[in-house]
Amino acid sequence: MLVDFFLYLKARQLPVSTNELLALLEALEARLVSGSLDDFYLLSRAILVKDEALYDRFDRAFGEYFRGIEALPGLEPLVPEEWLELAARRHLSEADRLKLQKLSYEKIFEQLKERLAEQKERHSGGSKWIGTAGTSPYGHGGYNPEGVRIGGESVGNRTAIKVWDQREFRNLDDTVDLGVRNIKVALRRLRRFARKGAATELDLDGTIAGTARNGGWLDLHLRPERHNAVKVLLFLDIGGSMDDHIQACEELFSAARAEFKHLEHFYFHNCVYEGVWQDNRRRHGEKLSTWDVIHTYGPDYKLVIVGDASMSPYEIARPGGSVEHWNEEAGAVWLERLLTTWPRAAWLNPLAEAHWTYTPSIQMIEQLLGKRMFPLTIDGLERAMRSLSK
Amino acid sequence: MKFQGTDTYVATRDLTLAVNAAIALQRPLLIKGEPGTGKTLLAEEVARALGTPLFQWHIKSTTKAQQGLYEYDAVSRLRDSQLGDPRVEDIGHYIVHGVLWQAFECDEPSVVLIDEIDKADIEFPNDLLRELDRMEFHCYELHRTIKARHRPLIVITSNNEKELPDAFLRRCFFHYIKFPDKETMQRIVAVHFPVLKHELLKEALEVFFDLRDVPGLKKKPSTSELIDWLKLLLAEDIPPEALRAKEAKDAIPPLHGALLKNEQDVHLFERLAFMARRKQP
Repeated sequence: MLVDFFLYLKARQLPVSTNELLALLEALEARLVSGSLDDFYLLSRAILVKDEALYDRFDRAFGEYFRGIEALPGLEPLVPEEWLELAARRHLSEADRLKLQKLSYEKIFEQLKERLAEQKERHSGGSKWIGTAGTSPYGHGGYNPEGVRIGGESVGNRTAIKVWDQREFRNLDDTVDLGVRNIKVALRRLRRFARKGAATELDLDGTIAGTARNGGWLDLHLRPERHNAVKVLLFLDIGGSMDDHIQACEELFSAARAEFKHLEHFYFHNCVYEGVWQDNRRRHGEKLSTWDVIHTYGPDYKLVIVGDASMSPYEIARPGGSVEHWNEEAGAVWLERLLTTWPRAAWLNPLAEAHWTYTPSIQMIEQLLGKRMFPLTIDGLERAMRSLSK
Repeated sequence: MKFQGTDTYVATRDLTLAVNAAIALQRPLLIKGEPGTGKTLLAEEVARALGTPLFQWHIKSTTKAQQGLYEYDAVSRLRDSQLGDPRVEDIGHYIVHGVLWQAFECDEPSVVLIDEIDKADIEFPNDLLRELDRMEFHCYELHRTIKARHRPLIVITSNNEKELPDAFLRRCFFHYIKFPDKETMQRIVAVHFPVLKHELLKEALEVFFDLRDVPGLKKKPSTSELIDWLKLLLAEDIPPEALRAKEAKDAIPPLHGALLKNEQDVHLFERLAFMARRKQP
C-alpha cells in the first residue's frame, strides 16, 4: 500500500524512511483524513517531509505521481523569471489567432524542452521562443490556442494546458536562496569548540560533584577555557566582473564577520599576486606584501577565497599577465604558495556552477585547487565548510 | 480530541491536520516558520482548546537535555549535610523535576512546548531521542524509571538556526507555517479586533501587504507586527483616509515604527517613497 508512491518519492531524492511510511499508513488507518486528495497531500507532507526546503520537491513529486504525468526529464531547470516579466502585450486580431496552428500536447512539451535547451536570453514578442507577449505556445501574456503557461498571471485567454507557477515553496529550496542569516547558519558548520591549553577556569559542576562525592571535603576541579578554535583567512576578489555579485559577497562577509572570531580578510583583483590590501578605498596606498601575509598566519588557518575566477588565462598562467600592473611571477605561482601555506582551502564562486565549464580560467583555478571550488549558494557553502573541516 | 483552532487563534487546514495527526499518532510535532507567525502561540492554544495543562520549556544556548528530565541539586544537599538537616538522608529531596518529568507524571494528558530547540547545543535533540520516543527515562539517583502515564503532545518550535539531526526529524511530524495570505490575515485580524472598522482594516491590510512586497527589506513585517500596528492605529484613532494617502504616493504609513524594526529598512522605504513622489507629475 502506497509503496509505489513511497519509492517514487525516494527516487525523486526526498529523504524518506520506512518508519515514516508506516506512520503515514497508521494515520490513514486512524481515519485522520477522509478520501480527499488535498487532505491526503497535507497529511503526507506533514509526516514525510521534515524540511521546508524540500516542500517544493515534494510538491513536484506528488503532482507528478498523482496526475499520472510522465516525468519530463530535462524540464526541471526553471525558466528564468526575467524572461517572463510582462514586458508588452501584443494585441492579436481574430485572423491572427486562427493562423496559429494547434499543436498536440506531446509536441508542445517536446518543443518546450528543446527550446529550453536552445534559448539563453530573455525574449519578448515573436512566435517561436519562450517569453512574454508573443504567439509562441510557451511563456505567458500572449495568445496561443494550446499554450503552456510559465509564470505570471493569466491574461484571460486561459488556454494553458498546464500551469507551472503554483510552486509557492520554490524560494525555500536551498539551492536558490541566500541571505545573511542563512549564510551564518551554513558557516556554523565550521565551528569547532575546543578546550585547549592550561586548565585555568574553575569547573564548577566538577567541583560540586567532586565535593559532594567527597562527603563535604572541598575537591577543586579546573579545566581549560572553551573557545571557538577556528581561524579563517578570507580573500575577496573585488572590482571588475565581481561588481555583479556585490550583494552576495557583502552578505557573506557580514555573516563571516559575526561568526568567526579569528577572521582576517584581504582583497585582490582577479587573481592573487604579490600584493593584497585590506581597505579597498586605499588599495593603492596601503598594499600588503603577500609574503608578509603568508609569514604572519600559521597553517592552522583555513583559507577561503571568494571570486568569480573569470579572467584571461594569461592572468593566471603568465608573469606580467595581470591587467593592472606588471607581475613578476604568474598568478598560479602565488596561488600555489597560498595553498601550500594553508592546505585547508576552498574557493567560493558566485557564478552558477553550470556556467563554470564555459570559462577556461575557472577550470584552471578549479584544477589548481584540486576541485575545491564551490558555488556561493547555501548548498555550496555547506559543501565548502564540510570540505574545510575534514 | 480534535483541534480546530480557537476563538483567538486562526489555524489553517494544513496546520490543524498536522496537529491532529500528531495527537492521534502521539508523535512530537515540529513547527517552523517566519518569526511572528505564531509558532509558540500554537502550543498554548492547543492546550487551551483541548483543556489540558501546558508545560513550557524554553531553550537557551546553555540548556542541557538533562535539565528537562531532572537535576540533582548537590549544593543544597552539601549545605544541608553541614547544617545537620535530617532531610539529607533522602536523596529524593534534592532531585529537581524538569518539565518532561512533570508532564510524564501528570494525571491527565498534557501538552509540552519545547520552544526554540535550535538555540541549544547541536547534540541536544539527540540526547532526547529515547525520551521522546518511549516517553520514559531512568533516574539514576533514585534507581527508578519515570514512565509517562499519558503520552503528552509535544510541540517543538525551531527558527532554523541549527540543522536538526535526521534521527530526530524522522520521529517528528513537521509543519512549516507559511505566511498567511490576505484572506487568512483578515480572519486573524478579525479574531483580535472584532470591532475594527471595515474601512480601516481594508486599508491597513493593503498597506501591510504592499510593504511586504517592497524588495530588499531585511526583515519583512509579520503577523505579530501587524497586530501591534493595528493596536497603535486604534489607540491613536487614525482615520482610514490617512492610510489611503499612500495612493497619492506621498507618504509612508503612519506609525511605521511598529512595522519596520530595522533602521536600514526604514531608510530604504523612505527613499523609495521619495522616488515615487518625484515620479509623480
